[in-house]
Amino acid sequence: MPTASDDGFVVFDRVQKSYDGETLVVKDLNLSIAKGEFLTMLGPSGSGKTTCLMMLAGFETATHGDILLDGKPINNIPPHKRGIGMVFQNYALFPHMTVAENLAFPLEVRKIGKSDRDAKVKRALDMVQMGAFGGRRPAQLSGGQQQRIALARALVFEPELVLMDEPLGALDKQLREHMQFEITRLAHELGITTVYVTHDQTEALTMSDNVAVFDDGRIQQLAPPDELYEAPQNSFVAQFIGENNTLEGTIKEIKGTEALVTLDGGEIIVAKPVNVSKPGERTRVSIRPERVEYNKDRLHADAHTLKAEVLEFIYMGDIFRTRLRVAGNDNFVIKTRNAPDQRRLTPGETIEIGWLPEDCRALDA
Amino acid sequence: MSDATQTGPVLAADGRPLKRSLQRALRAQKMRALALIAPLLIFVLLTFVAPIADMLFRSVENSIVSDTLPRTVLALKDWDAKSGELPDESVFAAMAEDLKIAEAEKKHITLAIRLNYQTSGVSSLFRKTGRQVKKWDVPNDGPYMEKLLDVDDDWGSHELWRVIQTYSANYTPGYFLNAADMELGPDGVQQVDDSQKIYVMMFKRTMFLSIVITVSCIALGYPVAFLLASLPLRTSNMLMILVLLPFWTSLLVRTSSWKVLLQQQGVINDILVWIGLVDDANRLVMINNQFGTIVAMTHILLPFMILPLYSVMKTIPPSYVRASKSLGATNWTTFWRVYFPQSVPGIGAGSILVFILAIGYYITPELVGGTDGIFISNRIAFHISRSGNWGLGAALGSILLIVVLMLYWIYDKIVGIDNVSLG
Amino acid sequence: MKLKTLMLSGGALAALAVSAYAAGHGNMAGSMTIVSWGGAYQKSQINAYSAPYQAMNDGLEVIWDESSNEAVAKMRAMYEAGNVTWDLVDVEGPDATRLCDEGLAMEIDFETMLAPGDDGSTPADDFGDSLINDCFIPQIVFSTTFGYRTDVEAWGGNAPDDLCDVFDLEAFPGKRALEKRPKKNIEWALLCDGVAKDDLYDVLDGEGGVERALAKLDTIKDQVVWWSAGAETPQLLADGEVVMGSTYNGRLFSVIEEQKQPVAMLWDYQVFDFDGWIIPKDLPDDRLARVLDFVKYATDTQRLADQAKYISYGPARASSQPLVSTHADLGIEMAPHMPTNPANAQRYLVNNLEWWADNQDDVETKFQAWLAQ
Repeated sequence: MPTASDDGFVVFDRVQKSYDGETLVVKDLNLSIAKGEFLTMLGPSGSGKTTCLMMLAGFETATHGDILLDGKPINNIPPHKRGIGMVFQNYALFPHMTVAENLAFPLEVRKIGKSDRDAKVKRALDMVQMGAFGGRRPAQLSGGQQQRIALARALVFEPELVLMDEPLGALDKQLREHMQFEITRLAHELGITTVYVTHDQTEALTMSDNVAVFDDGRIQQLAPPDELYEAPQNSFVAQFIGENNTLEGTIKEIKGTEALVTLDGGEIIVAKPVNVSKPGERTRVSIRPERVEYNKDRLHADAHTLKAEVLEFIYMGDIFRTRLRVAGNDNFVIKTRNAPDQRRLTPGETIEIGWLPEDCRALDA
Repeated sequence: MSDATQTGPVLAADGRPLKRSLQRALRAQKMRALALIAPLLIFVLLTFVAPIADMLFRSVENSIVSDTLPRTVLALKDWDAKSGELPDESVFAAMAEDLKIAEAEKKHITLAIRLNYQTSGVSSLFRKTGRQVKKWDVPNDGPYMEKLLDVDDDWGSHELWRVIQTYSANYTPGYFLNAADMELGPDGVQQVDDSQKIYVMMFKRTMFLSIVITVSCIALGYPVAFLLASLPLRTSNMLMILVLLPFWTSLLVRTSSWKVLLQQQGVINDILVWIGLVDDANRLVMINNQFGTIVAMTHILLPFMILPLYSVMKTIPPSYVRASKSLGATNWTTFWRVYFPQSVPGIGAGSILVFILAIGYYITPELVGGTDGIFISNRIAFHISRSGNWGLGAALGSILLIVVLMLYWIYDKIVGIDNVSLG
Repeated sequence: MKLKTLMLSGGALAALAVSAYAAGHGNMAGSMTIVSWGGAYQKSQINAYSAPYQAMNDGLEVIWDESSNEAVAKMRAMYEAGNVTWDLVDVEGPDATRLCDEGLAMEIDFETMLAPGDDGSTPADDFGDSLINDCFIPQIVFSTTFGYRTDVEAWGGNAPDDLCDVFDLEAFPGKRALEKRPKKNIEWALLCDGVAKDDLYDVLDGEGGVERALAKLDTIKDQVVWWSAGAETPQLLADGEVVMGSTYNGRLFSVIEEQKQPVAMLWDYQVFDFDGWIIPKDLPDDRLARVLDFVKYATDTQRLADQAKYISYGPARASSQPLVSTHADLGIEMAPHMPTNPANAQRYLVNNLEWWADNQDDVETKFQAWLAQ
């Protein structure tokens, strides 16, 4: 759990939020975001991430706790005085204004002179490669183009903080990937602090400096993408980030960095204890599909092996995806690279699988 | 598949022109669609198009004169109304003969009523003459000029003959002229006497009051619709019932309750007197005048403003407001620059509805309008159901229809009818 | 508005929407559509005429249509459409004349189609002056007259006893209710402007006659509440909205005697009108036979006298006058409440219908233009 520190650019300090006075949507949130950082709030719907964003933007008030921006509490500052740029899920471009008018709007309300305004609008449009579209109406643009305009509008008044609420949700895959790159590039070029909300983990992993995984109104883990993927701190994060195989069992013994786990099928395996503490505790053992090996030659000498029955083999081009039954789990998936020496498994076949103990993490049940 | 270089019509697989094949394929579909809308089509034709066509026709139709007095009309053709002399004996003889036939068919009074619209006194003249003429041996016991003048001096009225001549055509602009406070005089179109001028003023007042009512509906309805659109669904449904409540009460009940509220001995005056804001001797006159009409009609028409406004506002995503605020706009700027422009289609739709309904209202103005709060529709209703002057009623109705269509056209030019949304 | 009342034989009154039935089978099945004014007046007709008649004629169904107010327009429309659904229509004298003139009402042979008087007089003698045209079968004489509140403090204990008190805002301040039509109002105005009763229509015919009447009305215009339905004045009087107002005498009777409001009658220069039946022209024989039989019964001496038990309108037959008895519910003598009662009819007016037929449109326009100013 990260704790609030006063040196962050954006700080959530023991923030709680309840809509109905009975249940907390956000429970004791502490978060510190450094200047220039690209932070993603990732989590399933209803996890509280959007509420946090809205509290930061000022559209929701925190029930308890402080939100600080650049060291100053902003709880009582209305949204229009916070100077935070925001990109909305459905772009929220004003349909009755042209693209240029949309961009000029934040400058107008800031009483910036006409010539200055025009220059800034032009620069912002060029920045998102939409210089030729100033005279169009939003409805005349494609989804990707609207997205660029929304981005330009959020940046045109040069805010230090930009919030993005699932901005790429409505785009198709290719465009989305392209925009992910564009957004990160711009954010880093301009050095703005970005808080990005998404439920798409790929997006989170590819774009962010840090990812805060939300569930049940709490941050489950705050970490850089690689750490999040490779070292999930609990079984929710392990499940939520990337593909993951779980085997249920009980802790038999913990010795330093190794734990012995008795699986429900009776086998005993070695795992790395993460948030388990004592023998007898229920645990979920998590193994990434690409870390499972069935080629005996490649298995570590002392690797522990389990018997597995092949249920399904799927050819996916660059990789093979094979579904197995392991220790009573029918959904045990392994991924193998399509290499010349890779064997293709056939359903019905029985094989031996194994992995390195450090890839096998014993997490909370 | 058409080849880019191919000339002539594109052909279907069987060699027929593709267009015709397509039409054939779609015909069954079109017929089915037509059959489905047929009940409505017939209903609209019978109850809407036909009566309007009939009204337009009646506003110019005038065949009663030439039908009832065919010989007189023919004989009067050569008479010069400006000569200052009465028509000659041949015209009087023709009149006597026409009247005798008309009297036998009991048509002469109907005609008299028609002519009486143009000049007073024809009614009794024809009635009186009718009683005499049936005893005559027309056309053998002339001269009729003398005989008719014997029956009544009014037969010597130059004006009478001029009116018959002026209105002898089968179609007349007369009703339309009357509806515009004009008439066909000896020298063509002229204004009616000032003491009889009423319709132009009534049209203007109807326009004015309808505009005031529409504006009050916007002023009162906009905040309500805004509230309805921004509240959670359950609360807004409850409030919507309150908005719709007037729809479920009879028009007469609603109007009568306004009487109870607004009259001088009514609830509001009683309260004002009790508080001491108003002196008992000088109670406010809030009904049987324009104010009463405006209040009662605004109340009745309010839902027609709120509903389209609500349905348009409902479609304005809250993210626009948020976006605007995040961009630095104050609440007022956000409303005025972002929210309001997007609700304009609702205002347009509501205004058209309210204005067109208001312009044709007559029950409420009749009950609470007193003398200066009544509409042109009250005069139309009077002519249709009381005075029997359907021609004038139809002309007034046609003018009202034309005015509405013109306003619609102007609205389309200025705002654009695409900009009207009912949700 | 178009609620028709179905009287079942036996007198039970049931309000049913039977228009569909009436249009489909209608009068073939022994039913008769009678058009009247609704309200207390129609009720008095049901009690005095149709209920006893139905008691004698098993299986006869009477459908009441409350359309008398628009009878002329509706009958014209029915004849134009060629589908006359009415059998008997209750109208005021002027409307009857109009329908008769336009050939929409049947001409009546009074001697054969109406019952002779109880005293042996012929129908024509018995009805006398009320036979205003060839189509009209009179029922009642009613009058339009003034009622006033008896509790107006500003009047210092005085009560109006002269028509011209209506125009006297000094002695009798307060709002007045007048009909939103020129008829009667302009005659009253001229009477109070010094014109003798006999000269009224000569003055009106002369140059500026109508204008003179309007000028007189102008003196009280800002104190007038204009009504268009007869029920408005009693309500306005009862609410204290006006201190005096014109309406039909039966309406005032009901507000005074039945509702016990502090209101009294000012009979001075009441205007007499007749109300009665007309039969639509060219009815099919079976319907016509049924209607004629009913009309003969409903306009005989006793029936006309009976109606006065329920409403304070005078029977149109001379022979009915002595038979007028007491009110069916209140038990009070009705004779003193009849407009034709000599004490009430010391001064009265009868509209010159011919003058009105000639000048209706002109005067109406002038009056409305004056009102709208």
